[in-house]
Amino acid sequence: MASPEDLQYTKSHEWVRVEGDLATVGLADYAQNELGDITYLELPEVGDSIVAGEPLGVVESVKAASDIYAPLGGEVVERNETAIGSPELVNQSPYGDAWLIKVRLADQAELDALMDVAAYETFLETEAGH
Amino acid sequence: MTESENEVLYTPLYDRHVALGARLIPFAGWMMPVQYAGILHEHRLVRSKAGLFDLGHMGQVEVTGPDSLAFLQYVASNDVAKIEPGKAQYALLTNEHGGVVDDIIIYRPNEGEGYFVCVNASNKEKDVAWMQRWAAERGDLDVTVTDISDKTGMIAIQGPDSEQIMTPLVANPIADLDYFAWMPNAINGIPVRLARTGYTGEDGFEIYSDISDVGAIWDAVYAAGQDYGLEAIGLGARDTLRLEARMPLYGNEMDDVTTPLEAGLGWAVKLDKGDFIGRDKLVAQKEAGVPRKTIGFVIEGRSASPRSHFPLRVDGREVGFVTSGAFSPTLETNLGLGLVEADIAGIGKPIDVIIRDRAVPAVQVKTPFYKRGQS
Repeated sequence: MASPEDLQYTKSHEWVRVEGDLATVGLADYAQNELGDITYLELPEVGDSIVAGEPLGVVESVKAASDIYAPLGGEVVERNETAIGSPELVNQSPYGDAWLIKVRLADQAELDALMDVAAYETFLETEAGH
Repeated sequence: MTESENEVLYTPLYDRHVALGARLIPFAGWMMPVQYAGILHEHRLVRSKAGLFDLGHMGQVEVTGPDSLAFLQYVASNDVAKIEPGKAQYALLTNEHGGVVDDIIIYRPNEGEGYFVCVNASNKEKDVAWMQRWAAERGDLDVTVTDISDKTGMIAIQGPDSEQIMTPLVANPIADLDYFAWMPNAINGIPVRLARTGYTGEDGFEIYSDISDVGAIWDAVYAAGQDYGLEAIGLGARDTLRLEARMPLYGNEMDDVTTPLEAGLGWAVKLDKGDFIGRDKLVAQKEAGVPRKTIGFVIEGRSASPRSHFPLRVDGREVGFVTSGAFSPTLETNLGLGLVEADIAGIGKPIDVIIRDRAVPAVQVKTPFYKRGQS
């Protein structure tokens, strides 16, 4: 699956879509593919604060549990209850229906640390062996 | 082939796994497919149709000589004398402390005094050394233990459609082959030993052959299965399939210090059959009361998954740990097996699984979690 061009990415394979001071966070296709069948999502509550680079939650597949890292910091304003109820959506639609949380950005400067699609695709080819 | 710490072994089917798009991982020294299309899909395919497994990592040992039976009676926990010609039996190799060296399947050929033993990949070297040591120490027994893993091929077809898929392929009819029986047979003229055994809880066959024939046999079964939707199945689904059927995994449910009685495998321990290694310890443990028991538990609803070594608590007190746990693709809930203080065990009793420092409520249930024919 091609990485959407309007998103920014982390080295731990999360994606971010920024609209004003709101950032939507999800898991990149590479992550869902590596994890395999996803069975459980553990996400922060609305009102929680997340810190860039720190675990924001956990994604579990049949094989293993993995941390999801916060691409940026801020207050969680919404979480995707549909994805929590049907975690297989992350396998099926990682860039669409299966977004994870929406965050009110604390520091716009943190966006500078994220990769654009070109940098992420290069990262996938080199670092991730694709 | 010899095994060393940094040498990875490949089965004759490796190229086929790569061509099928498998994800391969090192397992017990072997590069093995963990999944192809996906664990949930593969698991459900074996429950509903049929799947094909590469078991080239498993070990095979031949026990030969006039005292083969007496020897196996001494190293194995089950009553080997009860195995009729052409049948097989699950047993444990026990150590002097009553712990488990490995769990094995003992096959008795239709003719002759010898036996064929299938052992776990991860324990093969240990098992062979163990059996050869006791063959030497029991100088009164005329027996030889030979590791034949390098020249033995092994694949399995498992699932309700297995017999239908195999029937047109085999020289000798298999419809009357009982569960835990085996027979000499041929697939497209290639000699095999076809055993109605497996590690999934479904009907199916484990197919032993010369190692040089494994590729041709795999191709024949794979092709014959296409009309039935057969696919290759990886180790990931093999683990969830065996767990639902409550089949133990060495290193999880039992090990060198966990006895078969604690692991809930007392049915494969015959204390009255005569002496065997560790028998005295097991008799003493049974008389004193088994201190720990293996329980099955289910977590209702959507939850995080229990995994090996997660603590188990009752009323906030640690009472044991998870030996195996997973999301069950058939029951669509999380479940597991745990080793707990004996007085904690009881169907219907609550128990907490500690997942990432949080107590997740579970309830003890009867096992197996899944029985053949249940949807």
